[in-house]
This record gives sequence, C-alpha cells and structure tokens, in this order.
Amino acid sequence: MRPYDLAVVGAGPAGLACAVAAGRAGLRVVLVDGGPRLGGQYYRHAPPSYRATRPGVLHHGWRTFAALAAALPALDVDVRLRHRVWAAETAPDGLRLHCLAGDREETPVTFPAARLVVATGAHDRVLPFPGWDLPGVLTAGGAQALLKGELVLAGRKVVVAGTGPFLLPVAAGLAAAGARVRGVFEAGRTAGLAAHPGILLAHPGKLAEAAGYGLTLAAHRVPYRGRHAVVAAHGNTALTSVTVAKVDAGWGPIPGTERMVPCDTLAVGYGFTPQLELALQLGCATRTDADGGHIVAVDARQATDVPGVYAAGESTGVGGAPLALVEGRIAGLAAAGRPAPARLLRLRARLREFARALHAAYPVRDGWRGWLRDDTVVCRCEEVPYARLREALALGAADARSVKLLARPGMGPCQGRMCGYAVGRLAGSPEGLGHRPIAQPIRLADLARFEGDPT
Amino acid sequence: MPDVVVIGSGVVGAACAYYAARAGLTVTVVDRGPVAGGTTGAGEGNILVSDKGPGAELDLATLSARLWRDLAAEVAGGAERPFGDLVEYEPKGGLVVAETPGILNALTGLADRQRVHGVTAVAVPPEDLRAYEPHLAGGLAGGVHYPQDAQVQPMLAAAHLIRLSGARTRTGAEVTGLLRGAGGRVTGVRTARGDIPAGAVVNAAGTWAGEIAAFAGLTLPVLPRRGFILVTEPVPPLIRHKVYTAAYVAGVASDDAGLETSAVVEGTKAGTVLIGASRERVGFDRTVSLPVLARLAAQATALFPRLADVRVIRTYCGFRPYCPDHLPVIGADRRTPGLFHACGHEGAGIGLAPATGRLIAAAIGGAEPPVDPAPFLPGRFAA
Ligand SMILES: Cc1cc2nc3c(=O)[nH]c(=O)nc-3n(C[C@H](O)[C@H](O)[C@H](O)COP(=O)(O)OP(=O)(O)OC[C@H]3O[C@@H](n4cnc5c(N)ncnc54)[C@H](O)[C@@H]3O)c2cc1C
Ligand SMILES: Cc1cc2nc3c(=O)[nH]c(=O)nc-3n(C[C@H](O)[C@H](O)[C@H](O)COP(=O)(O)OP(=O)(O)OC[C@H]3O[C@@H](n4cnc5c(N)ncnc54)[C@H](O)[C@@H]3O)c2cc1C
Repeated sequence: MRPYDLAVVGAGPAGLACAVAAGRAGLRVVLVDGGPRLGGQYYRHAPPSYRATRPGVLHHGWRTFAALAAALPALDVDVRLRHRVWAAETAPDGLRLHCLAGDREETPVTFPAARLVVATGAHDRVLPFPGWDLPGVLTAGGAQALLKGELVLAGRKVVVAGTGPFLLPVAAGLAAAGARVRGVFEAGRTAGLAAHPGILLAHPGKLAEAAGYGLTLAAHRVPYRGRHAVVAAHGNTALTSVTVAKVDAGWGPIPGTERMVPCDTLAVGYGFTPQLELALQLGCATRTDADGGHIVAVDARQATDVPGVYAAGESTGVGGAPLALVEGRIAGLAAAGRPAPARLLRLRARLREFARALHAAYPVRDGWRGWLRDDTVVCRCEEVPYARLREALALGAADARSVKLLARPGMGPCQGRMCGYAVGRLAGSPEGLGHRPIAQPIRLADLARFEGDPT
Repeated sequence: MPDVVVIGSGVVGAACAYYAARAGLTVTVVDRGPVAGGTTGAGEGNILVSDKGPGAELDLATLSARLWRDLAAEVAGGAERPFGDLVEYEPKGGLVVAETPGILNALTGLADRQRVHGVTAVAVPPEDLRAYEPHLAGGLAGGVHYPQDAQVQPMLAAAHLIRLSGARTRTGAEVTGLLRGAGGRVTGVRTARGDIPAGAVVNAAGTWAGEIAAFAGLTLPVLPRRGFILVTEPVPPLIRHKVYTAAYVAGVASDDAGLETSAVVEGTKAGTVLIGASRERVGFDRTVSLPVLARLAAQATALFPRLADVRVIRTYCGFRPYCPDHLPVIGADRRTPGLFHACGHEGAGIGLAPATGRLIAAAIGGAEPPVDPAPFLPGRFAA
C-alpha cells in the first residue's frame, strides 16, 4: 500500500479538525476510527436509519461538526470507520497503524503513513462504591452516549452524580428527553468555577452554555447539590435506590446525613481519563496533567517527542470539544508543515487556561476511599474486592502494576480502563494502568498473519 | 542490625530471605521498586524439571521442585489455607511434544538420561497425546509427560515467602553502594534512604546483579535476555498441562543472540491462556516487537488450532537474567568476604528459587549444602 502522508487515529472533534486541516493543506490522509460514525464522543449521533428530525438538538456546536464532515469528501481524506487500531509502530520507512476492520467478521488491515496524529480521546473516569456493579449503574458518558448515539433514555428515574461540569449536560439532556432526574449530586462545590470569576467572564460562551443547562434543570425542577455524593447503590438484581450523603471538603461522608433516593438508573462520572495506549506504544513521552492524570506531552505544534507523531484532543489533556477542535487543527497544519495562525494559538491558550481552572475547581479528593467496604468490587472484570487490594498493598505492592500482579485488578477484558484510575489512586501511583501494548483484543489467527511480512 | 540484608525482592531474594530466616537468621529485604516488581513479575511461574539436561542445573531443579511441593503443603504463619493455595501452586505436569520422528528421538533420548537423575518421564505415543490434551493438533510424532512439572503465581509466591520470612522489607530503596569494613569485608548496603549495616549481604538483584557486583569492583556477567508472553481472554478450560514443543529445550540452552521462539502454551486458574516463549538479546529494550508476537501466535495456533479464534488481550515482556554458561550464580564471593550472590537464573528463577535459598542459607550459616554448590559458585568468573 502506498503510504499516506498522514494517518489520524480518532474521528472525534480533534481528529476531524485535524484531517480537514491537513487535507486542505494538500496532504493525503487516512482518518481511522473504531466507531461506526464520525464525531467521536462529543458529536456522537444516531445512525441515519433512526431518522432523527433534528440531529443537532442534543449538541452544542453541531454546525461545526456538520461543516467538517461536509468538507471531507472534497479532500483527499480516506475515511475508515469501524477500524479499531490495535497497534501503532514506528518502522524504518515511516509509521504503521495496524487495524481490525469490521464488527463481527474482522479483517486485519495495515496503513503505512509518513506522519501520525493520535486523537484517541478519553474514557470515563469512575470511582468504585458499594453496589456500583449493579445493572442500572452506568457512567455519565455512557448515559450520554446512549442518548446521543441511540436516542435511548438510560432510565425513567435517574440520579446523576460525580464531579465536574460534565454532569450538567448529562442531566439536562436526560431531563429534556423525558427522564425524571431525581437530582444531580456534585461531590465538589456546585459553584466550583465561581471562585474564578475572571475565567468565567473571559469565556462568555461557556457561561452561556452552563446557564442553558441550569435553565433546563430548573425547568424540570432538578435539584443540583454540591458536597453530596452517591456513596452506595442498592438493589437485588438491578438498581432500585442509592444512598446519597453529604461529604466534607475531603469527600468524607458526614455521618447522619445519608438518605435513600429511589431510582432505576444512576449516571456517575468523575471526569475523564485520556486514552494513551497508542501513544505509549509509539514511545511518546507523557507528563502529569493539572488533575494528576497522565497525558501525552506535546510542544507548541502538538508534536510529541517521537519524530512524525503528533497528538491532539483529550489525549493531551482533558479540556472539552472546543479545545480538541483547535488542537486538532493545529496538529493537522503542523503535519503539513504549515504554521498555525496566531489567532488559533491564542484561542488554544485561552481554552487550556479554562481547562486548567476546571481541573483546579473540581479535583477528586481522597475521601471516596471511605465509601469502600471490604467487599466492594474494585475491578469488575476480575471481581476483585477492596479487601484483596489491601492485602496486596500489605504484601508490599507499591504501585498500580504491582497491585495488579498481586491481586489481578485490570487483568480482565477491559484491561483496567474502568478500574485503572481507582487502582492507581489506591496504590499511590498516578499513571494507573494505561500501558496496553495491545490496544484492542485481536484473534490469535489474525496476529499470526503478521509473521514474516508484517504489512 | 540484621544478620542478612537481601538486595532484591524477586522470587530468588524472597526464597533467600525465607530459608535464611528458617535457619534462625534475622533478615532485611531491600528493593528499589515494589515487592517482586522485577523479572519475577514478568515470569510465567513454571517449575520445570523437563527442560533441563542432566547436570548441575537439573539436580538443583529436582531439589527445588520437591521444595516447592513441600512448601505448598505447609500451613504456615497462622494462615487458614496451605501456602500452595495462597500462591496458586498447581502440580499440573508438563507435556513436551515432538513434531517429527527425528525430534521425538532426541526428546526420548533426553528423557532417558533425565530419568537417571530422578526425573519421572513418561513416553506418550502419538495416539495417546489427545488423552492428555484433547485439543492438540494432529500429526505430532509423540511426546513425553513430566508429572513433576508444576506452576505457581510468581509474584504471589515471592510476596508470601517474604511475609512468612518475617523479614523487614524496605521497598522503594535503591541500593547505591556497599558498606565495606576491615579487609574489604562487605558490612551492609548503602541505599538512597540510608545505610543498612548487616552481617552478610545477598545480591539477588536479578538481571541487575552485575551492577551490585560492580559496587564491590567485581565483574559478574549477568545479562538480559528478553522474552514476550501473550495473554488471551479467559476461555473455558482448553489446556490442562504446560505444553511445549521440544524445540523449546534447544532454545533454552542456546547461545544465539538472535530471536528464538518456540511454542509454550498453558492455561491458568483465571481462564486465560499464556503463550510464550521468545528469547532474544536486545538489552533492556521494552519496545513491543510485532513480528515476535506474531510468531508466538502462529506457533501456538499450530499446536492448538482451537486457539485461532481466541483473542489476545495483553502482552508483556521481561528480561531473563542470564549468564554466558547458562548456570545461576549462587554462593559466597571468595573475592569479597560478606558478599553472597544469588542471581543469573535466566528462564528458571522461579523454579530454582527454593533450592537457591537453601544453598544461600547454608553458605551464610556454614551448614551442609543440600546439593553440590561448586558448579554455581561465583568464583568461576574470576579471571
Ligand atoms: C462516553 C463519553 C461521552 C462524552 N460525552 C460528551 C458530551 O456529551 N459533551 C461533552 O462536552 N463532552 C463529552 N465527552 C468528553 C469528550 O471526551 C470531549 O468532549 C471530546 O469528545 C473530546 O474530543 P477528542 O477528539 O479528543 O476525543 P473523542 O471525541 O473521544 O474521539 C476519540 C475517537 O478516537 C477513537 N479511538 C480511540 N482509540 C481508538 C483505537 N485504538 N482505534 C480506533 N479508534 C480509536 C474513538 O472511537 C473516538 O471516536 C464524553 C466523553 C466520553 C468518554
Ligand atoms: C517472559 C518470561 C517468562 C518466564 N517464565 C519463567 C517460568 O515459567 N519459570 C521460571 O522458573 N522462570 C521463568 N522466567 C524467569 C524468571 O522470571 C526469572 O529467572 C526470575 O524471576 C528471576 O528472579 P530474581 O529474583 O532473580 O530477579 P527479579 O525478580 O528481577 O528481582 C530482582 C529485584 O532486584 C531489584 N533491584 C535491582 N537492582 C537493585 C538495586 N540497585 N537496589 C535495590 N533493588 C534492586 C529489582 O527491583 C528486582 O525487584 C521467565 C522470565 C521471562 C522474562
């Protein structure tokens, strides 16, 4: 196969903006995503067969997405959806992306490219608590994805909990779509950003967006409570209620404040964890973000320290779709050897400043450990209870990897995507379990085909 | 002041701590990382007698296999469960298969010589192979069954041995030098977190043991030999034994720096299938090599066609500590009193750990060694 000038992994806001910018600069691009449609997490939308009458109604900035998607056909951009990248590697003659194409009948496909942009986004960050493994408990992002991607309401009586401003669009979306949202419980302070009025005033768009969600929630009489957390979920075979408690500044539950809230669905999210496996496979340097998570380190051009490899979007720091769009454009231009306009660089600086302020306003405090009981499952795949994790620590494990090797959290099918953050926090190592030399499961027969000539 | 400080909390250091403590010595274990975070955390945990030809290493291996079995049966330290349960000891046995009549000849010849040294080896004609392993590929020439081969979860084994030893454990403490006394005697270790004086120092730093020796001005040729393992998604039990092709025996003893692979396949209690084994000398390079992974996958599916549709979810690599003569280094370093080495076990450190621990405890305490220590002594590298 003739090498592409540029391969972009991820067709979310960052990857899309990148592919369009690079395509406009004249590059021959392949844009690869494991999902069935363009848009990534933010612009997730229902398939055309659902005949959604107003596809943009659930999204801010839908027109931006529509314009990017409409630009693709005229450019030399080869769009490959339903292509999961399981490995990325540097070769003497460029870079290679190894993918599995298709849903059920998957076929191995390799794309060679001179340059590569990692725009793999993030996944939901979850914290364990008693009962979180019950059917009916899902991630905030998962509830949002159901609504946006399938037009399905996660439940009728819903509680939204966690931390960060992302809880608001989730709750507002569910309420507007007809769910009874029993409350939004923010473990931090609801007025998190009010401590940074300057930042808010500098971002009137964000203020308006937040006000919009606030209005929706008020119209549906959804209470929004700060310093409250869901500390347990209950039900025999499925969720029937949750325990909500007041928490102190360190997120420790305040005794005597617990109350039961009946619900059939809990959407819970404590932020996002960047997906770094492809960047790590390629050997890109990482650094610690403002929220303590690990992110790909990039320079002003979004270039990593590996020649020819760039990164954009949430993989370089969780900052939301508008920042992802800007970073993607800068990366696409840089890959084409074009400087980014100063205006774009200034916008990126402002959006990053806003993201930093959000991280500072909504930190995850250690008090959540107090929600755990000995039998609370920390890793769902391997059914590892908290007690076993503590045993591992007592045996001398001192980081996420050694906890994993002694107690098995993160060894199952999801490879620590779900529990990695919590295990890392409990073990005192911020890197969690993000290192995955095989980014997606691959059949042995398909792997065997790479013998001899890997392309 | 402890009688002994052990550098390295891998399975070898753990066994040294355990047997030293059993011999009545007080022990401190230091490691720069967490417990068992080195090569032990990357091993498969096989305790093998099958892959060794007659000689000193086989004698050490048969002793060690017996010690593991005895340890497994013990209920120690107020535990409710025997040690074997805690460390997932499984006396599953090994099945070595031969692809061609020529290889089978070599394999059965090896088995004959191993039997003389106390190894139980049962020849398996081709028509009986599937009674051992129902999913094996057809067309194999035959095999040999080794009931003494067993498996442990190596990190758990190391961690529980250290716990049972009652040793003080200092993790996150890198050894940066050795303390020296009168006549150059080693009198303890210097760590990034302070000095630890001790009666004796055991160098169980695995693949990094040469660096420790260098602190005493000594040369110890322990080098890394990289190995990759593939881990599959959990599947219903498919494979009962540790199954490998006879080519593995050749690979283990080879001196080739280039890539060597042979099919080594086994199931685990968790339902995953572990697939090895590759051997290459590329320094401490952790970059994933797809051609190596592909070759491992091809060989495993050739041996067990049923695996073709099973998915790999993970891979990891480690660096076996090997010496040019493929024998571990165990015992007192004559050149430097107070310093003992327990390292260089290459691809067999988990299997050989208890016997190594016994030899070290005997050497420090001046007791009768359980096997002839001479072939393993560090003196063999003295110029
Ligand atoms: C479940 C979920 C829902 C979210 N919903 C919202 C929301 O409604 N509103 C909001 O403001 N923010 C939402 N976010 C936050 C979101 O991450 C950002 O707003 C934004 O989408 C980030 O853009 P991005 O381009 O960096 O990454 P993403 O939009 O996450 O895009 C990354 C893309 O990379 C693809 N990818 C990753 N790894 C591979 C691989 N190995 N092979 C092939 N493809 C791969 C993914 O399929 C995905 O399409 C959500 C996050 C998650 C995890
Ligand atoms: C892929 C693979 C599969 C294998 N399979 C098997 C198998 O099935 N059966 C088997 O018997 N063997 C197997 N092995 C080999 C086995 O893993 C090793 O022989 C064994 O783990 C070596 O143990 P160790 O205690 O000597 O070294 P390690 O486990 O590496 O321990 C050495 C310790 O020393 C510490 N250290 C190093 N330098 C310093 C310092 N300066 N200060 C403080 N601490 C230091 C390190 O942090 C480390 O924890 C395999 C190896 C690999 C790579």
